[in-house]
Amino acid sequence: MADAGRISGADRRGRGGSRGLDCPLLTNIFERKAEQRAPYVRLVEVGENDTDPAKWGKNWPAQYDSYRRTALLTKTRFGGHQGSEALPAEKIARDPWLKRMFAGYAFAIDYRDRRGHAFMLFDQEHTERLSKPQSGSCLHCHASIMPLYRELGGGDAMKGFAETFKLSYQDVSQKLHASGHAHPVACVDCHDPSNMGLRVTRPGFLIGIQALAASDAPVPALPSIRQWREGGRQEPYDANRDATRNEMRSFVCGQCHVEYYCGSKMPLTFPWGKGLSADNIEAFWDETKFPHGEPFADYTHAETGAQVLKAQHPEFELWNQGVHARSGVSCADCHMPYMREGATKVSDHWVRSPLLNVNRACQTCHRASEEEMKARVDVIQQRNYELLQRGGAAIVDLIDALVQAKTNGTTPEMLEKARRLQRRAQWRLDFIAAENSMGFHAPQEAARVLGEAADFARQGQIALLGGVSTTAVAAPPTAAASATAGPPFASVSPPAAPAPSASARP
Amino acid sequence: MLALCLGVAAGIGGYTFRYAEGLSYFKTDPRACVNCHIMQPEYDAWQKSSHHQVAVCIDCHLPHDFVAKYLAKAENGWRHGEKFTTQRFVEPIVVQAKGRAILQENCLRCHGDIAQQIAGKSPAEEQLACTHCHFGVGHGEKAGVGGPLTSVERPEH
Repeated sequence: MADAGRISGADRRGRGGSRGLDCPLLTNIFERKAEQRAPYVRLVEVGENDTDPAKWGKNWPAQYDSYRRTALLTKTRFGGHQGSEALPAEKIARDPWLKRMFAGYAFAIDYRDRRGHAFMLFDQEHTERLSKPQSGSCLHCHASIMPLYRELGGGDAMKGFAETFKLSYQDVSQKLHASGHAHPVACVDCHDPSNMGLRVTRPGFLIGIQALAASDAPVPALPSIRQWREGGRQEPYDANRDATRNEMRSFVCGQCHVEYYCGSKMPLTFPWGKGLSADNIEAFWDETKFPHGEPFADYTHAETGAQVLKAQHPEFELWNQGVHARSGVSCADCHMPYMREGATKVSDHWVRSPLLNVNRACQTCHRASEEEMKARVDVIQQRNYELLQRGGAAIVDLIDALVQAKTNGTTPEMLEKARRLQRRAQWRLDFIAAENSMGFHAPQEAARVLGEAADFARQGQIALLGGVSTTAVAAPPTAAASATAGPPFASVSPPAAPAPSASARP
Repeated sequence: MLALCLGVAAGIGGYTFRYAEGLSYFKTDPRACVNCHIMQPEYDAWQKSSHHQVAVCIDCHLPHDFVAKYLAKAENGWRHGEKFTTQRFVEPIVVQAKGRAILQENCLRCHGDIAQQIAGKSPAEEQLACTHCHFGVGHGEKAGVGGPLTSVERPEH
């Protein structure tokens, strides 16, 4: 699999050279020149309602070929699925602490390893989580749904989107199939059919990034938001108007590879109004109320009764905390690196782990051997994995202690305090566990979050014993730290940091 | 008959040479280096580099005495032409050992006076390459090496 990226080399050799026996060199040169002059030929017209990628494939065969490879099964040490056509292995069987943590939520029923983009709709339609009621919001990301949103909203996609959370998954799914747009993520979801430029279409992202821009959270990796803030904020931030080309190469992915609420009590929400870090998002959820007024929670833990949060897959958010984002390296740079087809340069639409494509994904910037690059990643992921398992053990201990405390006369106040610590610990643990890079997208941040997760879980145990953690330090009342420190719990906060550099630069 | 065959071969050969802009390879214009498309990213990046104003491709990548220059041109030309025509190469393309030595000599050709003590002994292959640290001078810096992104890259509307 490591050499899979070079398949296209073999493909290329098949083309060109042998045509015209009389003067192959001349025709070869002619072909390359033609390729450079016209990177694509628009054989068929495509529009906003053309969700079938096969039609776009007539105009952009190289991109389409690689897109189709997302149906191939790939695996790295910590992610993916390979070896059989059956559904991937259960994560909750491999790491039983996940199942404990999700008690009372459908992920305790079925939670498997991931497969490529081509499977996103099929796998969702076949998960046993559907044995419980699920909201129509899920299809925001699992299908090429924009035409259906427009249809439901009488032409206005935002209006259609705002309706779907009330409908059941089965209901929206049935409408989707009836409308003929039941495709996994398709060309039209990220590309403007008139000029092939990148664009974002998903309402959840458009609303979420607008809220992020309007906040004062630092965004060192998103220069267009800084510029928009400096520019007077006349009109709301619009990613399609304001973002740089480079940002768009991450924004299109951030339409789905993010944390969100997708239940049936309110519309799909990207929780970015206070920033993108795990603490920012927790603070956002803590302040959120459902329309009927009750405080936000994803579910009630079946064993302990705690009101807990479920992290989805915050790849975009964690990437934003890391050095690659800060250096201007986009999602597509590593997950869809450029490759060459004859004289033209195309983005590899076989979106996959960079570890399967180290040559193009890493070595364009890093001047170290493939083995060295893989070894560096492995060290990061191994450390993250060990911390994660420690966090898993800590959360199970807290759940055990809470279950026991419910029957041994522990005061309701102590129980409540421990439950709230469970929420904080579990949120952090899940944030890194559900994120699909095993810590790589921002190693130090991932370790920080996992360290806090274990600490909060152990603080919960101490609380049940009637004690307070003696190592806890109160948080200073700065704006940045208010997100980190919920009122009654101990949080360790850093000494005042030097003036943030990125936003202060001209 | 023989004359006809030779004539056709010469004609096609000559036309191919002209169509492929063969003569451009005898000049110093950097655009000749992107004739075969593969160097386009390097050419684009060079236009954003600090050496853009003072050096073209051959100033850094070819020796400067006549014989060595045309030998290197011929060798590189053959290798590049063969690899690109047959599409047998792995990307990202990297400069080879011989090319690195030429590069180092050319750094010192201009900067030798101030870099003498750093560069140390010859031959060039044994020196610590200037580009080991100054790798952004010819083709710009990789993303991020120059510090956090600025808003400058935002397109005009």
